[in-house]
Amino acid sequence: MALDQLGRQHAAEVVKHALTFWRRSIQARVVASTVVLSALVIGIVGWFLVQQTRDGLLEQREDSAVTAATQVTAEAKERLRGVPPTETDVSEQLTDLVEPIIELGSTRDFAVVLSGPAGESRIVDSAQGTLRLDKTSVPSAMEDHFASSTARTAFTYTELRTDEVDGSTTGEPAIVVGSQVRLPADSQTYTIYYLFPLTDEAATLQLLGRAMLTAAGLLVLLVAGLTWLVTRQVVTPVRMARRVAERLAAGQLQERLRVSGEDDLARLATSFNQMATNLQRQIRQLEELSRVQRRFVADVSHELRTPLTTVRMAGDVLHDARGDFDATTARAAELLQTELDRFEGLLVDLLEISRFDAGAAVLEIDDVNLVDVAHRIVAATAALASQSDCRVLVEAPDHPCLAEADVRRVERILRNLVTNAIDHAESGDIRIRVASDEHAAAIAVRDHGVGLGVGESAMVFNRFWRADPARARTSGGTGLGLSISLEDTHLHGGWLQAWGRPGEGAQFRLTLPRRVGGVLRQSPLPLVPEDITEPVR
Amino acid sequence: MDHMSQAAEVASRARILVVDDDASLAEMLTIVLRQEGFESQSCARGDHAMDDFRAYKPDLVLLDLMLPGKGGIDVCREIRAESGVPIVMLTAKGDTLDVVLGLESGADDYIVKPFKPKELVARIRARVRRFDAPGPEALTIGDLEIDVAGHSVTRTGGSINLTPLEFDLLVCLARKPWQVFTREVLLEQVWGYRHAADTRLVNVHVQRLRSKVEHDPENPEIVVTVRGVGYKAGTS
Repeated sequence: MALDQLGRQHAAEVVKHALTFWRRSIQARVVASTVVLSALVIGIVGWFLVQQTRDGLLEQREDSAVTAATQVTAEAKERLRGVPPTETDVSEQLTDLVEPIIELGSTRDFAVVLSGPAGESRIVDSAQGTLRLDKTSVPSAMEDHFASSTARTAFTYTELRTDEVDGSTTGEPAIVVGSQVRLPADSQTYTIYYLFPLTDEAATLQLLGRAMLTAAGLLVLLVAGLTWLVTRQVVTPVRMARRVAERLAAGQLQERLRVSGEDDLARLATSFNQMATNLQRQIRQLEELSRVQRRFVADVSHELRTPLTTVRMAGDVLHDARGDFDATTARAAELLQTELDRFEGLLVDLLEISRFDAGAAVLEIDDVNLVDVAHRIVAATAALASQSDCRVLVEAPDHPCLAEADVRRVERILRNLVTNAIDHAESGDIRIRVASDEHAAAIAVRDHGVGLGVGESAMVFNRFWRADPARARTSGGTGLGLSISLEDTHLHGGWLQAWGRPGEGAQFRLTLPRRVGGVLRQSPLPLVPEDITEPVR
Repeated sequence: MDHMSQAAEVASRARILVVDDDASLAEMLTIVLRQEGFESQSCARGDHAMDDFRAYKPDLVLLDLMLPGKGGIDVCREIRAESGVPIVMLTAKGDTLDVVLGLESGADDYIVKPFKPKELVARIRARVRRFDAPGPEALTIGDLEIDVAGHSVTRTGGSINLTPLEFDLLVCLARKPWQVFTREVLLEQVWGYRHAADTRLVNVHVQRLRSKVEHDPENPEIVVTVRGVGYKAGTS
């Protein structure tokens, strides 16, 4: 049973491979269709030729058979005319009539049947003829034709059956010619049937057929070979072009086709190479631009950060010493400190964003357990959560939820999601759910805050987007957090999606492929929280 | 440099050489360091850094990466060529490449501008503070002999020159050969980070340590990687 199934599977696979080969190979298709077509044409032509030859051969044989029969009959009639009219023994006269003919038949290779008087008896009852000849070889239609005493000489095709010594019967195609004589003894008309075997013609036709088949087979083979050679000449450069194009697409921009000659294929190769050169130049330009951009970002980063560090330290010194200042100056030092924090956060985020824009961000891949990440982030945001009277809870399975990812970036994404949730939760629980399957790991952050309006779930990832410009911020977010998170997610080939409804809170879901470069098809967690039962419009 | 005299100096006031071309930042650093009880001197040019280093004999170097005259990476390499004194890079770039390059050229730690002064001081303290050696302690790891109090590592008579950080890393692993250390734990015990930080620090320094103590750094036997967890001391 299992073996049978295995066999079927194997067969199915072979068929699939064959089909794939058929779909992929122009050469196979061209060769196959040419072979089918030429086989068809050769078959028709061959059949026609054989038919013509057969007709010609038979016609000739008919002529000679009728001529021979007529001649022999004429000779018999001559003999009968010579018989004295007094002779009245019918059977003796019949024997005298037929014996020489049978003898002649045995030397000239034809069989003879002499039937009884026309219209009075059938061949089976009262016929004489060649020894061992099966008398039913003469078709009854022929016999019917000679039922009248005035029937003309006629012929038809039949099977010549002979009873062998051992009792069996052999048959071969033959022409039967019938001819009538009048016996003087009883003035009755008797019919002589001559059966000419077509053995020679059959052998000739068979030989011809075999020769034709061989020729046709060789011809088809020749056509197949020729087509294969011709298509190969065209297909080989095309395949080479395909390979080079694939390598170009894979980033090996220096790959070129070899151009030989001046034919269409060579011109195709030249154009292809021109295209590749242009592409290469464009890509070089873009790379150069990107490099300049990165360089600029690095410079700005350095130039901005150094003075900020100084200001930051000075602010710290002032902040530490604010106890010695009067109230106004002390407050100013405090404001300086908090705004410096914000400024610093903004700068860091801006630089991060420009790194993404320049394509300079790279992943440091490791096996990351999202459950651990969730617990770490909860610990790190505990202070902020308690300020807003929020509780951050983790719902995770007992097993680790692993994904190949950059732990720094995943933590940053989750930190952004959690601080964002705390910002908008307006107290109440925030739930972090973690789940994984064999293809993906996901983490969802659910809050019960103001939620998101229609169409806002896509806009939350826009840079500096705010749901309500009048709302106060508690965590001092820069407005870039979710944009950076989205970029981080894209870098992993993952999904970051938001769901929300006014008054019912929001849920953000991060889905990462289990392996780097894996393609996501579905997330282990639903985007719409399970506590929401109504369908989402 | 003689480790014993270095330790004695740390006990009094640690001397810090600030190599940064930005005058305001250098002055601010001096102010903050003095408040925190360190002595410091600043140097504004990369090509003068070595002379100042030799003259001042600091216990720690704060080194900016972008310097006139000579790049910070080169300065770092030159200091490392003649001394194991702790080097903390001040970097304006958080980019992986620059950080890794700096660490590979010999820096012990790095801090990204803009930083909080307290953070900087914590890093400096962590680097200047050494493992307390209550008494003579001898450890073995693989075929290495470690004299913790004497700060020396020997292999069959020959001594291996390690920076204090590499020495601390090796001692930390050798003291508990049965334990697998995660990168986070090593960051805490060797670098003094209390919160999770950049684990590349550990990776780079393990590579540097291996290049000095392993027979074949490609197939390490002394500092063994435990895949997915961290590092442990080799048993063989």
